[in-house]
Amino acid sequence: MTSLPHNRTTKRLGLVIDLDICVGCHACVISCKEWNTGGYGNALSDQHPYGEQVSGTFLNRIHTYEVVPEGGLVIGEAGEARIVHFPKSCLHCEDAPCVTVCPTGASYKRADDGIVLVDEDKCIGCGLCAWACSYGAREMDLAAGVMKKCTLCVDRIYNETLKQEDRVPSCVRTCPVNARHYGDLGDPMSDVSIMVAERGGFDLMPEQGTLPTNKYLPPRPRTSLSDNAPIVPLAENTEGARGFFAWLDKTLDRI
Amino acid sequence: MHPATSMIVFTTLSGMGFGLAVVLGIGFLDPSLDATTFAYGTSLLLISVGLLASLFHLGNPRRAWRALSQWRSSWLSREGVMAIATFVPLTLSAVLAICMNSHDWIVGSISILGALLTVYCTSMIYASLKAVVSWHTKLTPLCFLLFSLSGGFLLASAFVSENGLAVRLLALLFLLLALTAKMAWRKRAMTVKPISTPESATGLGFIGRVRLFERPHSLDNYLTREMGFRVARKHAAKLWMVALIFGAILPVFALLLALAIGDGLVAHIVLVTGVIAHTMGIFVERWLFFAEAKHAVMNYY
Repeated sequence: MTSLPHNRTTKRLGLVIDLDICVGCHACVISCKEWNTGGYGNALSDQHPYGEQVSGTFLNRIHTYEVVPEGGLVIGEAGEARIVHFPKSCLHCEDAPCVTVCPTGASYKRADDGIVLVDEDKCIGCGLCAWACSYGAREMDLAAGVMKKCTLCVDRIYNETLKQEDRVPSCVRTCPVNARHYGDLGDPMSDVSIMVAERGGFDLMPEQGTLPTNKYLPPRPRTSLSDNAPIVPLAENTEGARGFFAWLDKTLDRI
Repeated sequence: MHPATSMIVFTTLSGMGFGLAVVLGIGFLDPSLDATTFAYGTSLLLISVGLLASLFHLGNPRRAWRALSQWRSSWLSREGVMAIATFVPLTLSAVLAICMNSHDWIVGSISILGALLTVYCTSMIYASLKAVVSWHTKLTPLCFLLFSLSGGFLLASAFVSENGLAVRLLALLFLLLALTAKMAWRKRAMTVKPISTPESATGLGFIGRVRLFERPHSLDNYLTREMGFRVARKHAAKLWMVALIFGAILPVFALLLALAIGDGLVAHIVLVTGVIAHTMGIFVERWLFFAEAKHAVMNYY
């Protein structure tokens, strides 16, 4: 059924992504592709992988934005303009429009944990769910002709053959700077919920009314470069030199 | 949005086919005439070709039958169900006309209802998408329905000889109504403020203006190909004029000319020319409908 589940539990499994920490290394993109090309459903194909028009299916992508405050046209001068690396994957929305538009029942939201999945054996590849998603979370696999999307690594998180620390989505396990967190956002006492409450985590495009589960943590305020500048001594300044360097400074001055 | 040929062919042809089914359902065409048999054939052919064309953009067309299962939630599924269901009264009506030279009001009314509901379902596939602001309006189903009716009546006017005046006048009326609705739709599409921005898409608006610094991929991907289609503004303006002239102005002229000439071969030739022009105009209109639509995901690019 592609109607949204009526008797949902309070469990809302999802990700919390810290935009303050992400360094844009794309490790999560690669580990996501690696895990999911051999896991749930069809492989994530590439088209012309060694040709000029390289293209492929990914479930997780990193955009990089320049954010410029009012008046801060040049980075370093106004000081506040900054680069933000922005990982984006399926947000597992509570009111997921991609689910309700599906004509075949392939796209569904699980009542137990809220994960949005595609049953690839039922998918006809019409692409309407990708049209319905404002976030670009779904990509059609051109080789298999079915829609692919983030599964929240449903084949890892419940997998009892894996060690406990590996029972998290591949992107979370891989992130070298701990910018990605996984947990139950429906439980107000969970680590991820506390993190969201403390840091002021937000939804993407709340105006679309999709009620995303995944949350993003805002970049922390930054001390501007211009404020830091006076601390850095000028190269010509020898004031404060002591011992051997003070003697050298004086001697060289006399020459 | 990427204007897929199969979608344009499907919405244009099946729209006209269902419009013709409405005219046939009303019983405007004398069931004892050969022209009416031909009209039934045309209607069924247009709908069938349209439906077949719609299968061409699927990744897995063999599973297309599954699309009939989710009519409770999906407009696409409802459209499929209604399109196939409408075949039943329409074919029955055609059989009655061919074999018994009669027209049944009840079967006709069911065809009308089925045809209009199918076109409505088609339009709601697009109108229900909040991610595409220019489609997300009640004017979208209004335009689709009026285009279907104007196309159907115009097509019927080329088949009809008796009752010709009524069909031609109704064709004229629906053409003008469709034109008005489409003008209102386009005016809204050109001026409507997008509900999402790069700032709301990233949540970084509290720092300042958000500009893409680096894409996640160096070349195109499915999203940019499907959702990122852009049409040059100068071409869009020209194509809109082409759609206006061929879709509305030429058919209106053809109808007026036919009304002045009355019956006869010349009037029929004029009307057939009008139908061809209208079909071409609607093709261009439908191409622009997709090509000019901006998707919310492009706020990330």
